[in-house]
Amino acid sequence: MLLALGMVAQAEGQEAPAGKATYDKWCAGCHGEEGAGDGVAAAYMLPQPRDFTTALYQIRTTASGELPTDGDILRMIDEGMPGSAMPGWKDYLSNTERTDLVQYLKTFSPFFEDEVPPPLEYGGAPGVSEEGLAEGREFYDKIECWKCHGQAGRGDGPSAPTLEDDWDLPIRAADLTEGWNFNGGYTTEAIFSRLMTGLNGAPMPSFADLIDAEFMTEEQLWRVAQFVEGLSPETPEVREVVRAALVETLPATVDDPAWNQIERFYVPLVGQVIVEPRWFAPTVDGVWVQAAHDGERVALRLIWNDPSESPSAEWEEWRQRVVGVMEPTVEIAVSTAEEEAVGAGEPEVGELLTDALTVQFSTTIPEGMKRPYFLMGDQDEPVYLLNWSSGGSANEALGRGLNAIEPIAGETILTSESTFDDGQWRLLVSRALTAESENRLAFETGRPIPMAIFAWDGSNGESGTQGAISTWYFLYLDQPTENVTYAFPVLAVLLTAVLGVVIVTRAQRGAHGPGPGAGPD
Amino acid sequence: MEHPLKQILALVVVLEISVATACGGGGGGETTDSEADGGAPAGAGSVVSPDSAATITGTVSFEGTAPAAEPIDMSEEPTCAEKHPDGAMRQQVAVTDGRLANVYVYVKSGLGDRAFPTPSAPVTLDQNGCRYSPHIVAVQAGQSLAIMNSDGILHNINTQPTENRGFNISQPVVMETSREFSRPEVMIPVKCDVHGWMGAFIGVQSHPYANVSGADGSFSLADLPPGEYEIEAWHELYGTQSQTVTVGVKETAEVSFTFNSDMAGNHVPMGEPIVLR
Repeated sequence: MLLALGMVAQAEGQEAPAGKATYDKWCAGCHGEEGAGDGVAAAYMLPQPRDFTTALYQIRTTASGELPTDGDILRMIDEGMPGSAMPGWKDYLSNTERTDLVQYLKTFSPFFEDEVPPPLEYGGAPGVSEEGLAEGREFYDKIECWKCHGQAGRGDGPSAPTLEDDWDLPIRAADLTEGWNFNGGYTTEAIFSRLMTGLNGAPMPSFADLIDAEFMTEEQLWRVAQFVEGLSPETPEVREVVRAALVETLPATVDDPAWNQIERFYVPLVGQVIVEPRWFAPTVDGVWVQAAHDGERVALRLIWNDPSESPSAEWEEWRQRVVGVMEPTVEIAVSTAEEEAVGAGEPEVGELLTDALTVQFSTTIPEGMKRPYFLMGDQDEPVYLLNWSSGGSANEALGRGLNAIEPIAGETILTSESTFDDGQWRLLVSRALTAESENRLAFETGRPIPMAIFAWDGSNGESGTQGAISTWYFLYLDQPTENVTYAFPVLAVLLTAVLGVVIVTRAQRGAHGPGPGAGPD
Repeated sequence: MEHPLKQILALVVVLEISVATACGGGGGGETTDSEADGGAPAGAGSVVSPDSAATITGTVSFEGTAPAAEPIDMSEEPTCAEKHPDGAMRQQVAVTDGRLANVYVYVKSGLGDRAFPTPSAPVTLDQNGCRYSPHIVAVQAGQSLAIMNSDGILHNINTQPTENRGFNISQPVVMETSREFSRPEVMIPVKCDVHGWMGAFIGVQSHPYANVSGADGSFSLADLPPGEYEIEAWHELYGTQSQTVTVGVKETAEVSFTFNSDMAGNHVPMGEPIVLR
């Protein structure tokens, strides 16, 4: 027995160095050599990498505040934290490397000398029903999820601007309509587990005591999980080509129900980290794009979530905190006077920033795949920009780089309409297909037109080069179709049907009694 | 560079004043039933013979003009705003007639390796009018902390200890939840993420000798074995002060502490990260 224990101890003694090698190679850059979350890359991140010395792990199966199980830690390594910079390692590291890492991470905190409590126990999810979802909504309100997550779940509740994690860093209330960003996954089971365990180190508390206190049943908490799960669509598929449908009449307004008939495309956005000053903590992580044209005009509807309607006094403190965290990592050209103000430790006081969105096109439709530089063009090849800001209406501009934007002189041919509610902007921009000057893009049907999107959240301190960007996509305006084109599919369907009937009839004739393929008459 | 020097100077001045006050034999403070008074952990089983039990009492004073209390904007939470008809103020510096409340006073050392039973009665931490009551809590390791929500609106109780495992639990209705801390820790911050202005501190000891100064600045550490003790006074903005006091059989010793607003830059100790064995 003693010998066996000794062997186990020896084996464990050998495991740690193995985990260390993997850790030092793949993890230390962000999490730091001593696991304090202070690696060289940490300063460029928000949320910042986890500090393992506190043993506070967000995603667990154990009660609030408790240590994670080995399985919990492994799951985080395997799946990553989708709401942060942490990738999943399942496909990149071997089983042994990952299980060794689990043990090595635990050496960073003496808390792991304590016993890890068992996972919380609970039953399974009840079946989903309309009534169940309604009850979930009822309890979403009763237990005041909306205080942080907002009425529509977009992370825009009244307490959202003030949230801080255990390291006093600003932290977002999760946008519950983007389940693919949930750190622990967004199955009903995963969401229920978060409600039971809370997220250690984050403001998200555990709701398990409400069941013990008989304020609600476990089933009712499952209903909340089902309701929250239902707030998100499926993880959006990213497609390179945004199709502008040909319609008889363009939707008239941004909330025209006619938009519901038009396909939507998801364009993911990331922080602009190429041109200084860079931006590592963008608010907007994706824009839903819908497009339509009627042969005369093209209309784009852009929808994106942003918890703050900037300029917003309510979110000003948030902005200062975010800028305070991110600013040391960027070099901002400031005038001497401003430098003095910053040097004196005074928070930067300025005009409140607005929200903004830009749709970028090439100035002409290129032959082949050649496109201007995606970050608003360059001196040699400018881009055509449709700029919208919450401070005013939309305008057109020419871009020759992120810092060289020049409005197109004269009256704009662009019309726009925007609306904000419950943490969401909806913007309609519309323009004639034909261009009236050489700087403007002339839209043509049937050709892929390079298109990219930029977004800024003023209440997050974003403006200029500090915002969210996409790569190039294409906008494709459907061609007017000849009648004969419509005839082909119809003919094909008819032919298939006739052939099918012939084959089935013959088969039935050849068989005695009903064959395996024959249905009831 | 001059900052630490200033602190030391301030400390020296204050210590001198404290000694002077103590020698002057200031009035023995009676613990009041103030909201700010956490009280000694109730029901503490004593290991000290009643024939020898000693007491250390004293007063915490505030020298100079107290900083004006900061008002709290509770307009977003009418349920709470209604409970403060004259407006709610922050509880960080509570000075009445030169006495400072909400100072955590405890026996830091001198008890040797004596072990003390865990009190069976819980210590209560209430959330009322979107404030914690008491603001400073004294609890013994393993003793039950009864967390109450008298407001009936969403509060989350997010404790952020360093030496203990914390918890972050939701209380959206009038309810009571029990938790405990297993290790001594001075102090554990408590926050409510829904109401950024809410804050409290919990002090955990392995013994029952901890008390919080009341509105009249008084505190009392009773049922002590006779001996020499290091008594520390902890304030959330002004840091700590300590004094060594000797108390004999059935004696009562007095000790006084004085804080002032120059101490606002002082280091305020919180739990120390536990170290690898």
